[in-house]
Amino acid sequence: MQTDPNPKKSKDSPSNSANTESTQLPSPFPDEVLEKVLSFLNSDKDRSSVSLVCKDWYNAERWTRTKLFIGNCYSVSPEIVARRFSKIKSVTLKGKPRFSDFNLVPQNWGADVHYWLTMFANVYPFLEELRLKRMTVSDESLELLATAFPGFRALSLMSCDGFSTDGLKAIATHCRNLTELDIQDTDIDDFSGGWLSCFPENFGSLEVLNFASLDSEVNFDALERLVSRCKSLRVLKVNKSITLDQLQRLLLRAPQLMELGTGSFQEDLLPGQIGDLGNAFGNCKNLQTLSGLWEVTSIYLPVLYAACASLTFLNLSYAALRSVEFGNLLAHCPNLRRLWVLDTVEDKGLEAVGSSCPLLEELRVFPADPYDQHLHRGVTESGFVAVSRGCSKLHYVLYFCWQMTNAAVATIVQNCPNFTHFRLCIMNPGRPDYLTNEPMDEAFGAVVKTCTKLQRLSVSGLLTDLTFEYIGKYAKNLETLSVAFAGSSDRAMQFVLEGCPKLRKLEIRDCPFGNAALLSGLEKYETMRSLWMSSCNVTINACRRLAREMPRLNVEVMKDKESDDSQADKVYVYRSVAGPRKDAPPFVLTL
Amino acid sequence: MERAAAYENDLINLKATELRLGLPGTDESEKQSSRNNKRSSSEMDNSCEKDEQECAPAPKAQVVGWPPVRSYRKNVLHQKNESDLSGMFVKVSMDGAPYLRKIDLKVYKNYQDLLKALENMFKCSIGVYSEREGYNGSEFAPTYEDKDGDWMLVGDVPWDMFITSCKRLRIMKGSEAKGLGCL
Repeated sequence: MQTDPNPKKSKDSPSNSANTESTQLPSPFPDEVLEKVLSFLNSDKDRSSVSLVCKDWYNAERWTRTKLFIGNCYSVSPEIVARRFSKIKSVTLKGKPRFSDFNLVPQNWGADVHYWLTMFANVYPFLEELRLKRMTVSDESLELLATAFPGFRALSLMSCDGFSTDGLKAIATHCRNLTELDIQDTDIDDFSGGWLSCFPENFGSLEVLNFASLDSEVNFDALERLVSRCKSLRVLKVNKSITLDQLQRLLLRAPQLMELGTGSFQEDLLPGQIGDLGNAFGNCKNLQTLSGLWEVTSIYLPVLYAACASLTFLNLSYAALRSVEFGNLLAHCPNLRRLWVLDTVEDKGLEAVGSSCPLLEELRVFPADPYDQHLHRGVTESGFVAVSRGCSKLHYVLYFCWQMTNAAVATIVQNCPNFTHFRLCIMNPGRPDYLTNEPMDEAFGAVVKTCTKLQRLSVSGLLTDLTFEYIGKYAKNLETLSVAFAGSSDRAMQFVLEGCPKLRKLEIRDCPFGNAALLSGLEKYETMRSLWMSSCNVTINACRRLAREMPRLNVEVMKDKESDDSQADKVYVYRSVAGPRKDAPPFVLTL
Repeated sequence: MERAAAYENDLINLKATELRLGLPGTDESEKQSSRNNKRSSSEMDNSCEKDEQECAPAPKAQVVGWPPVRSYRKNVLHQKNESDLSGMFVKVSMDGAPYLRKIDLKVYKNYQDLLKALENMFKCSIGVYSEREGYNGSEFAPTYEDKDGDWMLVGDVPWDMFITSCKRLRIMKGSEAKGLGCL
């Protein structure tokens, strides 16, 4: 484990606190001092290190921790948490495995927050913040949250399910001190936009309001009044129901905004209105993030120009722009650090990125038509190369394309050796280098050899075991690896398990990896957060064996109906101090 | 070229591990397609409709969760594409079945696809179309209601004409369909 990073210099005066019943030397300074010092520590990793130094430090740390981060809600139980920490004000909980984003995890799998909330209501009634990712949240839970925690301030729900706008009504109605309501990437039952009108008329503390992923129309007057009252509002992301005219009025009320998500841009505006909108945007001198922009067309893009000078993050992933209008927009955004686009901008658009955005650090290119099997429009390897030439600071990329070459990737990482996140998705499974017809092994070999800081890697294309041999040999800082339709044998997975010391998350689908591969990672899995394997060649017996040999791992299997009895179609393995979970639905075998 | 040969071998080995560049669901992969939850992929013959887009290599069936695009993002883009790629959903009834189904005609490339899909959906055998005999000899015959309200035998007109004029489908018992077949 990590060594304590920074032991304080020991003073000579002995401890005068009655609490130190340490079996080791008495603490060189009072607990209060230690606790005060530790209260400055925010990083979880640091706190984890601190808690391992000795019993005193463990206690001092647990009495001063206010922020709880749980990366896998099943790795620990609410009871264990409640016993250890007493002063928690902020909780982050993550639930389902990431592949649930792609419909690989059935409904009702678990990760329900309710049991956690009932514990929090008892032990942490002064809870202020709750951030959930991939959890199931019911309306009942939201009501509990709204009523049992008088100081509650910030709610963030990312990729969560299980609730409806009724639950939001409860939050709006009861949370008097709410500063943050952030709902992202969520597909919920949207009964009506009436929840927004539930904020009391004297309520004005919001700093963050994001309801972009909800569909139904909200009462605009209520929204406008709310925005006027909330003088500290810095993030406002509205949904598609908000028209351009309404947007303009909101911008006039909140020129201090730092992050804006627009509504739909599809509307016929008169020239005067266009001018007003442009001015409203121009008034926003602090805008750093711009998103939304559904159905924006080239006619309206110029209204954004005046606000673009300070933009650092531009999210165009819902705007099917073409290269010319995109290029024109980019010319006004010299300070971009992060850019998300649709592949409708094509390679030409990416060339514009290379020439207009020298400070770019992150690029995500999403497919406008992921199932387009014939025309294969979008971007190619040349767009990626063009960006890498102009953006030497690039370190995060997510790139969806239909074709790639080993040579192009080698060039890209030569231009940008500082990648920390390299996620390449060649959309037809098992596609080789389209020029040489060779596997894409050398591409990913180049990535791991050159990018020594690489933390996250997603591979695709035709890949043999050689790719994984490279990964195991070179990717010493790799923490997350995603593999699909790749590899030739168990050796591939073994290379990774043996070679990547910092590996935390390994997710694999549709690869020819079997029991030998699974079982080669026994102790390794305890050093990781989780392993996901689906549609591979693993049997239930092998999973049972893994569960038997490693009691501190939870091994869960889900079967597809049509497969034969011995196959473990979906395997999810994760370390836990809480034992097998008790809320597993019937289709999850907890071994 | 030696490397190419070596890779050839690798490619052949890959076949054994069920990674294919071609369409899954053709030779051994009954098991594979069920394991991977692929949508019912029908056997496409390699000849394609001339008036369609360029003859692409055998298109793949859609795999669950691939490409890894999150569902909320797909929904948004799907709405966007609606104007040029709107689905053509028609009801399908089968004599004797307790409820109807709906299929999107745009998903299929030709009659063979469609019939295969119908056979899978309703667990029936439709057999082969012949201009002279219709589906004579098979248990079931596919018919459709066209724009004029007439009940027509599936297969008589070119595919593109069919999908624009088909309002609903009905899989009739072979005995009843005899009348439609021989004219």
